Amino acid sequence: MWNLANPTVFIALTRRALPWLAVATAMLFAIGLWLSFAAPPDYQQGETVRIMYLHVPAAWMSTFIYGVMALAALGTLVWRHPMADAAQKAAAPLGAGFTFICLATGSLWGKPMWGTYWVWDARLTSVLVLFILYLGLIALWRTIEDAGRAARAAAILTLVGCVNLPIIKFSVDWWNTLHQPASVFRLGGPTIAPELLWPLLIMSLAFTLLFITLHVMAIRNEILRRRVARLTMMAAARDDRLAPGLAPAGMRP
Amino acid sequence: MKSAATALFMREWRIARRIGGGASTGAVFFLILVALMPFAIGPDLNLLARIGPAILWIAALLSTLLGLDRLFQGDEEDGSLDLLAQARLPLEVVVLVKCAAHWTAGVLPLIVVSPLFGLMLALDAQALGLVAASLLVGTPALTMIGAIGAALTVSLRRGGLLMAVLVLPLTIPVLIFGVSAASAASGGAAPLLAPFLALAALSLAALAGAPFAAAAALRLAGE
Repeated sequence: MWNLANPTVFIALTRRALPWLAVATAMLFAIGLWLSFAAPPDYQQGETVRIMYLHVPAAWMSTFIYGVMALAALGTLVWRHPMADAAQKAAAPLGAGFTFICLATGSLWGKPMWGTYWVWDARLTSVLVLFILYLGLIALWRTIEDAGRAARAAAILTLVGCVNLPIIKFSVDWWNTLHQPASVFRLGGPTIAPELLWPLLIMSLAFTLLFITLHVMAIRNEILRRRVARLTMMAAARDDRLAPGLAPAGMRP
Repeated sequence: MKSAATALFMREWRIARRIGGGASTGAVFFLILVALMPFAIGPDLNLLARIGPAILWIAALLSTLLGLDRLFQGDEEDGSLDLLAQARLPLEVVVLVKCAAHWTAGVLPLIVVSPLFGLMLALDAQALGLVAASLLVGTPALTMIGAIGAALTVSLRRGGLLMAVLVLPLTIPVLIFGVSAASAASGGAAPLLAPFLALAALSLAALAGAPFAAAAALRLAGE
């Protein structure tokens, strides 16, 4: 397990694991989508309830990815491990993407059900704030040039957001609410019918695997990108030693 | 340590008073923000009285954050931040003292003049008092949260916009409880004490937690 913290081992292991992960994701999506369309329509919402099979897993992923990012942020601050930096950096755009899917499908679902694409409801607003936090983190990553410093700055912001997100959620709940309360994970068992629940669970598993696959691919890209950057800098330094004074090192490609 | 903190506070206070017009510029900015609102939504005094507390809170939020992006930048540019980081005074205390000076010099005047601007928005006497009281309780949280953003963007040349993007989402709870405390009198439905206590809790939590995050970000910038 801890060998995975070595970038070379990580690259070698994930090269073998990635095809399997991708195949498993595709199969789960096929089963989940088929079940979603085979499931009976809701007695009240009719066919539009099928939006749920994309909306709810995306909503779960949006918070799950923030959790992954917060753990990676701890890894960055406590152990200063470059793999944690890469995991953090790779998770932010994925989190923004899943949060966007959640917001977009939710607003498409809201039009037939609530009669409007957007309401300033507690759930919607707190997810929107989460989306803005992801965008802010991406902006911070892009602004600070030095990779290590960007990682630690983003880690501080991620952890501050981690403390603040429950507060935002709680205060926004108190402010205004229209969205239905949790209906799957609650005391006394789910209130959702089993024939609707099964496709939902399989779709969320598919979403989780999709995130893991994309995350692993993005971490690999980040490792390779850093290697390329380091090799370029070493090559530039070598050229400078061989032929000094021709041009400043920064000027050459 | 106490005298060092006092000296730092006096230094920050003097800089805040002397550079860029000090508190008066912040108050003028506050006035402009308040004056823009009737232009945008029309001069209907009933409507303005109803949303007046919200206008004052938004204006206070923006003018508090506007002054904050230079909180550490001047010190970073002339090297005094490195000295402060090496001093025996912990960097967390330095952050706290600088925020206290910024709040006293830049935000407190806004709170003092806020009843005057509230009058222009046709707020009644009770609402004026509530707005000022809620700003007094809530703005320390805004300053402390803003300090985290200022510390994160300290070494960036154009950090102002990025800082606002990073910090504004985190200030939402303060805004919610601040406005509900300030408009408790006119709304009537919400209980008066609860939002005030929540606002005080947010300020105390920010005072306790934010110096550590901001100091960590400053150490990072000093490396």
